[in-house]
Amino acid sequence: MADFLEIRWHGRGGQGTVTAAKVLADACLSGGRYVQAFPEYGPERAGAPLRAYNRVSSKPIRMHCPVLNPQVITVVDPTLLDAVDVSEGAKEDAIFIINTPKEPEEIRKKLNTGQKQRVFTVDATKIALECIGRALPNASMLGALCKVTGLVSLEHLLEDVRKSFGKKFSQRIINGNLEATRRGYEEVKEG
Amino acid sequence: MARVLAVSGNEAVAEALRQINPDVCAAYPITPQTELMQRFSSFVSDGKVDTELILVESEHSAMSACIGASAAGGRVATATSSQGLALMWEMLYIAAGLRLPIIMPVVNRALSAPLNIHCDHTDAMGARDSGWIQLWSENAQEAYDNTIQAFRIAEHMDIRLPVIICMDGFIIGHSIQRIEYLEDSEVKNFVGEYKALNPILDIDNPKSYGPLILPDLFHEYKRAQHEVTTNVKRVVLEVAEEFEKISGRKYGFFDAYRLEDAEIAIVILNSAAGTSKDVIDEFRDRGIKAGLLKPRLFRPFPYEEVADALKHLRAICVLDRSDSFGGYGPLFLEVSSALCQLESRPKIINKIYGLGGRDYLPQHAEQVLEELIEIAKTEKISIIKEYIGVRE
Repeated sequence: MADFLEIRWHGRGGQGTVTAAKVLADACLSGGRYVQAFPEYGPERAGAPLRAYNRVSSKPIRMHCPVLNPQVITVVDPTLLDAVDVSEGAKEDAIFIINTPKEPEEIRKKLNTGQKQRVFTVDATKIALECIGRALPNASMLGALCKVTGLVSLEHLLEDVRKSFGKKFSQRIINGNLEATRRGYEEVKEG
Repeated sequence: MARVLAVSGNEAVAEALRQINPDVCAAYPITPQTELMQRFSSFVSDGKVDTELILVESEHSAMSACIGASAAGGRVATATSSQGLALMWEMLYIAAGLRLPIIMPVVNRALSAPLNIHCDHTDAMGARDSGWIQLWSENAQEAYDNTIQAFRIAEHMDIRLPVIICMDGFIIGHSIQRIEYLEDSEVKNFVGEYKALNPILDIDNPKSYGPLILPDLFHEYKRAQHEVTTNVKRVVLEVAEEFEKISGRKYGFFDAYRLEDAEIAIVILNSAAGTSKDVIDEFRDRGIKAGLLKPRLFRPFPYEEVADALKHLRAICVLDRSDSFGGYGPLFLEVSSALCQLESRPKIINKIYGLGGRDYLPQHAEQVLEELIEIAKTEKISIIKEYIGVRE
């Protein structure tokens, strides 16, 4: 990976987007890297659009402001594509990872992405419903992001998901999330 | 071996308090400090510390209980933000006037009205004259390190004064960052056993705290408090030197970033200093001699040292994350006071930024540095105090 990577997450309150950013930060600590994970704090209503951010760097991170020009944009809720401008400030060669049953080509047209920008899709909500029984797409999105960026190995990410979810949830939910993470990793596709 | 984790600023400071294991903690929740005390109260409930946690009905009571516990002879800590700190106001002066070494992280937040839960420095600036020592922190690591050092500074027998440790609400308090924790034993050894001074609970030697002192002695009492405060700078450096030995991290009165050969500079507190440093590097790459000074010890303010660090500059901008309506920003006043003792001094301007959580972005630092280049060239200032990052 690059020495410095900035990620912006778009989700809705209650989908576990902030948790996903936190788990990613934790997983990226390995190899002596520096990390940040922080949401944009608003009224915090369930269902309201929210943004969360990650920075991952081989050097200490001093920047303490929102990510303005993300390299990676992760959209956890497909309905946000019609509600907010997810490509705002995206780098010329940004990577989009979208939770949607649609093909990457269709999303590429919808977002009107630039030549150097890459679009990946994964049906994270379907995976979540099958693995966890609830529409909580965050784990699959983490798996997809991990595959696309190569920030950490799948094994390492699974270990961190186990650790983070282990504090709060039953074994059944943890296993479901581990499976969802693995499937997100395997099923993400580029177009 | 240091433990490396990704945690929030609040979590990091709660961890420092766990490692220190104070005798008494009296606290009341307030955003954005709530997470800090919630985590610490979990340590109490889980038996990870033997702290007596006193849950009170207001911050005024929290500080009152801290004062009582500290006078009784205990090692005492609390934490607050914003309105909570404001509600403590009269008790802050009592804690300092009674020379009680209470430790209080303040997770900086705006004051009402209008109601706002986000970061600015108005809360801590309101406590500026209360007699508390103030340490400011750029990130979670500094907040953790400052909290540990604060106990040593406060409890030093030449000082015995309370300490506030500031960190930016949400921006640092709630954001997850990489941090290196010291081992429990290292922290324990560093802060040492608490030594009570004139404890009320030493009933064989009765004491009186807070009696009425009339004009025949009050002035002398305050003069003594002033004298004690002059010891703080020496102890802050001694403690920092010892802390460096166990942590490898260096602390002083302030962080002087690329200042030595600088011609223009930004003076700024807390998290915005980090963002500014990245912009300063960009200006340096363009061949512009820019630097930065980030105060760590704000009370007592190290006037001579700040003047010495800034005296060779041509133009300075002091950025304040709080306003004194009808006056200049509080940090600007301090830096100006430091510089006015010099025979010749840099041009100096004041910007008010980031009130109530308004983002401080790289473009704001760029805007300020561009203006400083112009002032250095023309030696002309058009507006001394101005708001930046504001929608007109």
